Amino acid sequence: MSDWPILTLTTFLPLVGAAIILLTRGSPEVVARNARWIALWTSTIVFFVSLPLWLSFDPDVSDFQFVEKAAWIPAFGINYHMGVDGISMFFVLLSTLLTPICVLASWEAIEHRVKEYMIAFLVLETFMVGTFAALDFVVFYIFFEAVLIPMFLIIGVWGGARRVYSAFKFFLYTLTGSVLMLLAILAIFFETGTTDIPTLMSAHLPATMQKWLWLAFFASFAVKVPMWPVHTWLPDAHVEAPTAGSVILAGVLLKMGAYGFLRFSVPMLPEATHYFTPLVYGLSVVAVIYTSLVALAQEDMKKLIAYSSVAHMGYVTIGIFALNTQAVTGAIYQMLSHGIVSAALFLCVGVVYDRVHSREIARYGGLVDRMPAYAFTFMVFTMASVGLPGTSGFVGEFLVLTGAFQSSTLVATLATSGVVLGAAYMLFLYRRVIFGKLEKEDLKSILDLSWREVAVFAPLVVLTIWMGVYPVSFTKPMHTSIVNLVTKYETAQAPRPSTVADARR
Amino acid sequence: MLHAAPVFLPLLGAIIAGFFGRLIGDRGSQLVTCGCMVLAAITGAYVFYDVALMGHTRTVEIASWIVSGSFDVTWSVRLDALSATMIGMISLVACMIHIYSCGYMAHDASIPRFMAYLSLFTFFMLMLVSADNFVQLFFGWEGVGLASYLLIGFWYHKPSANAAAIKAFIVNRVGDFGFALGIFAVFMVYDSVGFDAVFAATPGKVGTTINFLGWNFDTLTTICLLLFIGAMGKSAQLGLHTWLPDAMEGPTPVSALIHAATMVTAGVFMVCRLSPMFEYAPTALAVVTVVGASTAIFAATVGLTQYDIKRVIAYSTCSQLGYMFFAAGVSAYSAAMFHLITHAFFKALLFLGAGSVIHAMSDEQDMRKMGGIWKLIPVTYALMWIGNLALAGVPPFAGFFSKDIMLEAAYAAHSGVGMYAFVMGTFAALLTAFYSWRLLFLTFHGAPRADHHTMEHVHESPQIMLAPLYVLAIGAVIAGFALNGLFVGDGRASFWGNAIFVLPDHDTVEHAHHVPLWVKLAPTVAAVLGISGAYLAYIVSPEMPGRMIEAFRGIWLFLYNKWYFDELYDFLFVRPAFWLGRGLWKGGDGAVIDGLGPDGIAATTIAAARRAGRLQTGYVYHYAFAMLIGVVILASFYLYRMGR
Repeated sequence: MSDWPILTLTTFLPLVGAAIILLTRGSPEVVARNARWIALWTSTIVFFVSLPLWLSFDPDVSDFQFVEKAAWIPAFGINYHMGVDGISMFFVLLSTLLTPICVLASWEAIEHRVKEYMIAFLVLETFMVGTFAALDFVVFYIFFEAVLIPMFLIIGVWGGARRVYSAFKFFLYTLTGSVLMLLAILAIFFETGTTDIPTLMSAHLPATMQKWLWLAFFASFAVKVPMWPVHTWLPDAHVEAPTAGSVILAGVLLKMGAYGFLRFSVPMLPEATHYFTPLVYGLSVVAVIYTSLVALAQEDMKKLIAYSSVAHMGYVTIGIFALNTQAVTGAIYQMLSHGIVSAALFLCVGVVYDRVHSREIARYGGLVDRMPAYAFTFMVFTMASVGLPGTSGFVGEFLVLTGAFQSSTLVATLATSGVVLGAAYMLFLYRRVIFGKLEKEDLKSILDLSWREVAVFAPLVVLTIWMGVYPVSFTKPMHTSIVNLVTKYETAQAPRPSTVADARR
Repeated sequence: MLHAAPVFLPLLGAIIAGFFGRLIGDRGSQLVTCGCMVLAAITGAYVFYDVALMGHTRTVEIASWIVSGSFDVTWSVRLDALSATMIGMISLVACMIHIYSCGYMAHDASIPRFMAYLSLFTFFMLMLVSADNFVQLFFGWEGVGLASYLLIGFWYHKPSANAAAIKAFIVNRVGDFGFALGIFAVFMVYDSVGFDAVFAATPGKVGTTINFLGWNFDTLTTICLLLFIGAMGKSAQLGLHTWLPDAMEGPTPVSALIHAATMVTAGVFMVCRLSPMFEYAPTALAVVTVVGASTAIFAATVGLTQYDIKRVIAYSTCSQLGYMFFAAGVSAYSAAMFHLITHAFFKALLFLGAGSVIHAMSDEQDMRKMGGIWKLIPVTYALMWIGNLALAGVPPFAGFFSKDIMLEAAYAAHSGVGMYAFVMGTFAALLTAFYSWRLLFLTFHGAPRADHHTMEHVHESPQIMLAPLYVLAIGAVIAGFALNGLFVGDGRASFWGNAIFVLPDHDTVEHAHHVPLWVKLAPTVAAVLGISGAYLAYIVSPEMPGRMIEAFRGIWLFLYNKWYFDELYDFLFVRPAFWLGRGLWKGGDGAVIDGLGPDGIAATTIAAARRAGRLQTGYVYHYAFAMLIGVVILASFYLYRMGR
């Protein structure tokens, strides 16, 4: 099985599906129906194709696995180089898991331009998987940037009333960052003569240059995470995006920034990383407390969850930069958990939005009377978001804070206070939507989850509990890569006997 | 596997009733959950016999949980005298309350949900007490918090129930904030979170310091105090107690199980479980003593003035938990555990008895609308007497033995804080007796104050509700002298074994047996005085309390309003949080960040884009253009480099 080019298949199979959808002909209804089914089949097959990445992953190897390498632009030494390690493997799986769920969640919600919508999602899947699997800077950059195009279209075309403003804001923020990242990539190429990521991970760049490069990367990744204060695009984008758009945005796209820190900033620029750690700590702690407070005041369900995402990603950045085994494991775990839980929470909002067409919290109340299955599902994800032990949210959060405490008691203490605020805004949301008296007339005939919706939520509920009760299935493959990352970082902090010039080969 | 059975049987019941409740119906859910609980109680009794009495301590490892480097946590069931005692008590009391609930909740619309929650709670509570490491302890800790949240808010139509549920969860989270920091600190200092490893390394940490928030503190004091914040939240100690009285919004069986017998005692259990650490942190122990003693007196004063029958008992619980804490604070952990067990019986009895009264009075809880019903519900009346006698510490009821030993130990500690605890505890014993008989007299005696309609319906509860009360009443009568020898008497050393650790010169339980006679008599005298006071005030001259309230209106208002804690917290924390949230959102995100950033730039760009044509295509076009620029720059640099 591992002889197959699994990563290439996983990356490009969605494009095949997209091409087939493109070829469908017939009346609009037929095209729409076929587009849905083709998209669902394609993305489901892709998910199963990607599973061997996990099942036959060798947890004892710190190098990249499932590596594929082919010369692409030999003149510049650029290769089509793909591979995963313990850090990136699960993000590939997260992307391939969420895509079929998104297709299924959009089954009835998207009524016009279904064909284009499904194509956009499949293309998006290709780009997402490519981003996490790329081992060449140019390949990475292309995928990383290309993700924005389908996402931009999904918000701009299928979004809500203020979709244009939101899509524009999204675009403006991310573009600024990516231009700087492009310059940084060029500078690295200029300095080292290679764009090969594994090679660069063991190269050593001059300390001053590291700082500038770090800032350039930071500009791009911080927007994607998003970190405070460049987070304001996120609530708007979420509010206007269609449900599945929010799911992918929260589930996968936000992880790209943090992934960037882990893949590039930390291993390639260790000294600058050390230098800027207080900055990241400061912004992250502000993010946790500030956005939790803001979430408390929200009246729009999607905005509330969007702000909670910013707070949760604050834990991720703290974990990445605390740079010890527990903190980094926690950060990656928190990303995976957040990918599932926040995606599920947006799906939960989507369920009632599809029925009532309002995201306003005050518009609801007492739903549990009519929708017990929905109330249960929502409760599971509320508790996971709150970080209740036994759910996926706890493991990541707790490991991050345990690790951060070793690094800075102040940061850990301040960040832990977010746990109290997190409980407050989530329970307050849950109470206003689910509990109370069912008084609104049109809610009195609202229907509980359909079988299609149960199929959407079931895998996410199972994963949330599985990740909370037996996280070893997930942490074991990560471990070697994480230890490797941390050890390399610590080695780089030790005083170097030779001069810095030795890296200029 | 038999040893793990009492822990996991309730989970099985919860899953079946929770997910298949609609399939198997109300009766099916009751049978399944009660059946699982009966089995759990039987196996729990076996565990108590085998582990605590026979001394077969063991740890059953079930699976690994979180592993990351040296942070290695397993799911396990740790069985020693401490956890076996708790397992025996919890499974028995929970079983009784499951059975009682079948009667009490008979007319409720969602019986399967209620039974599932109760069983789920029991599972989390048993996981808590059988933890072998700090993280599983935390799992159970937060899990019972969830169950408590769900059960307090069980009647989700009531806004007050929802508010109380959220309050309980969040106040507990404040406590858990400290608890979590404590665990982080434990891992930092010990590089492990397993009890055995940590306890073994503790003597070596005496005198060391850690840097916390920029200052150097004594390691063990810091860790113990952080962990104790968690205990204060869960056990409703002064400052973090505000959720407990409100939690009475939940159905009465919930109050009996969670907010009297089991969950709220988790903090006491934690301090006892961590005795090998607290013993080496004398400052932390002093804090525990002072907080406990202060809570004991505070809650007792508030209990004097409340009119809601359940709230009186809730404040009484709060006060009794204070007793347990100061006992633990003077190193009399075994006495704290003793009172924990006896209290579980008589307090559950009192709550369920109160539930029986409420049931009889057509859901009335206000004692001002009761009175004159003792002849109508004689069995409940008698059971309430037993519960109150045990609570007040009248010999030979259970509370007498456990309360006596705690107060004597506090005296025998011969320390300032110990004496404070002794004085406060003795005075609180007087108040306890007073409010208990105030409750009894107001509820059952005097002229009936309920309306005619209610009085006609006053009836004794069915056998399914009374039978569990008999069991608890037996416990409230005999648990004291039956367990006295084992828990705090001559057998205590062999009974507790290594589960409780006391430094040789901290052995206050031993010294407690040699205190002067007046110390031994003081609690009983206080109880008798309190009961006589209540008799005078509510039977002999019923107009006296009214006159007292008039005379001391300021003090009465202060007590009646619970020392204004709720108002203070609302002013200090709740309102500022919402106010800040709104301000940061509108001001910070809206005006400052967006105003200076995207919207400012956007305003300019949009103007340009409008001229360029249709907005939407304009953006895509812009985007493609930007990508193109990127490619151009990329290519130029490569070419530049090639040319070098």
